[in-house]
Amino acid sequence: MGTTPPAPAGEPLFRLRDVSFRYEGARAPALEELTLELEAGELHAILGPNGSGKSTLLRVMLGELDPSPGQVDFAGRPVSSWPRREIARRVAFVPQAEPLAFPMSVRTLVEMGRYPHVGVLGRATAADDEAVHRAMERAGILDLADRSITTLSGGERQRARIARALAQEPSTLVLDEPTAALDLHFEMETFELMRDLARDSGFTVVVATHNLNLAARFSSHLVLLGRGKIEAVGAPAHVFVDDTLERVFQWPVVVTPHPGPGPDEGAPQVLPLSREG
Amino acid sequence: MGRAAGLAALGTAFVAVAAVALMVGPVAVPLGEVLDALRGAAEPPVQTIVTSLRLPRVLMAALVGSGLAVSGAVFQALLRNPLAEPYVLGVSSGAALGAVSAIVFGITATSTIALPLAAFAGAVTATILVLAIAGSRARGLDTRVLLLAGVVIGAFFNAVILLVINFADVETFRAAMLWIMGSFSGASAEGVATVAFWVVPALLGLIFLARPLNLLSVGEQSAFHMGVDVPRFKLLLYVVTSLIVGVCVAGSGAIGFVGLVVPHALRLVGGSDHRWLLPASGLSGAIFMVAADTVARIVVAPAELPVGVVTALVGVPVFLWLLLRFDEL
Repeated sequence: MGTTPPAPAGEPLFRLRDVSFRYEGARAPALEELTLELEAGELHAILGPNGSGKSTLLRVMLGELDPSPGQVDFAGRPVSSWPRREIARRVAFVPQAEPLAFPMSVRTLVEMGRYPHVGVLGRATAADDEAVHRAMERAGILDLADRSITTLSGGERQRARIARALAQEPSTLVLDEPTAALDLHFEMETFELMRDLARDSGFTVVVATHNLNLAARFSSHLVLLGRGKIEAVGAPAHVFVDDTLERVFQWPVVVTPHPGPGPDEGAPQVLPLSREG
Repeated sequence: MGRAAGLAALGTAFVAVAAVALMVGPVAVPLGEVLDALRGAAEPPVQTIVTSLRLPRVLMAALVGSGLAVSGAVFQALLRNPLAEPYVLGVSSGAALGAVSAIVFGITATSTIALPLAAFAGAVTATILVLAIAGSRARGLDTRVLLLAGVVIGAFFNAVILLVINFADVETFRAAMLWIMGSFSGASAEGVATVAFWVVPALLGLIFLARPLNLLSVGEQSAFHMGVDVPRFKLLLYVVTSLIVGVCVAGSGAIGFVGLVVPHALRLVGGSDHRWLLPASGLSGAIFMVAADTVARIVVAPAELPVGVVTALVGVPVFLWLLLRFDEL
């Protein structure tokens, strides 16, 4: 449930120690001796250029890939030692894209998120139906419940996947580029939802994203990756430094405060410059 | 619920099709006499025709139809591809090679479970080969490579079958040909009992696994993060489906396209939820196969067609239609 104690007192929720990972047949490692701690209850954004290891970092953090060498702990326990259903009641993952081979209704897709609670042979109860309803409400797709996934727009599909993750009733939500193909409206909605989950509902949210500016406005903690290593980590003001971003992205930029109005006024924002100075 | 009613309707339809199958043939038996025979109260020739000749055949066709249809649905979920099917993937041919080798080289003389075990071993070998070929090129399985690998492996195993039966006498040769095309003409009560012993528990087991199978059919990564131990679950599914295909092929030969046509038609009617799709595939596969075998028995009477001819005549157009549509998805 959403109130699971996230980690033993004083322990970070995720702790990665000297984590390396290399895909089979790849020349360079995707992650190289990476050490990182992510605290519970915050919105963490993982940033970095294409191929810098963002998705790999998420997959290693969640036990989908085993680091070699290195150790990943979730809530004080090695992530690989968690029984799958037990960790799925605490951590939910929203994949970047999910090509569907078989059409199904939005409700059927969201109901799948109840698996860690219901199990192989259990029967879905009224409590499960309520959790599914709440998840669809929170993701703003109640009116789409009986539509087929195949008839939805990219933004609506993404919300259905978020609803499915929320139906797991986790305390931690991990998203891999959730706004990659979304327009401004859906993108803002997704970031506001992630911020609200962290700020108002006690969630820990970890999001890999290419949208530096929204990450800087909405997250409390940024991790900037470059070629499988951490280039900068900390509060937005600490990470958003012209030199750092220019070095990592290999492009001239200028960092300026958000002009406002609104709660994000003053948040560091990055503007890419033209290369011809 | 609509789905429970749908399953009840399929069950009723199966009883009706089975009754017709027991009635028709070279000697027509009216329904009343069929019922008498099932109670053991018919006149001697009718009694023999119904309970010794036609009943084992109907039961074998029902078991094999169920087994192949459910295996097809599970392969499709495992590979997230509506074109996956034991015969198309060459798994049935692998099982047939195992069965034929066991007969030709006399292993079946040692024990009654040698034949299904040999077919199972052949099915497992074919599955491993096809997955190794289709998975070796890129991350994830490419539909085209998968289908090509299946077709090529199937053709290869069929060639090896023809090679192996050259070591056999004429009678075994005829039997082996039936294995390549599939036929229920050799069905016996003992054969039905052997197939049922393996296939019925395996089918029930798969139906109980419908919920995690739903998750897997959406995507392996998502299933993993929703609490499914994906590597172990996939291994279990491949072993159980290979067992079903092996035992079915040992009982009746390699019959194609049942696992393609049946789940596809059911998805159109009732959706892809495996809690419904798997039991419905079991019932519909039985209906389809009993009907196909009845057609195979009567269309060219007094001779008879291999049942695999009938299922292929129905299945290939469906396969092509799916192939042309699936690329759009």
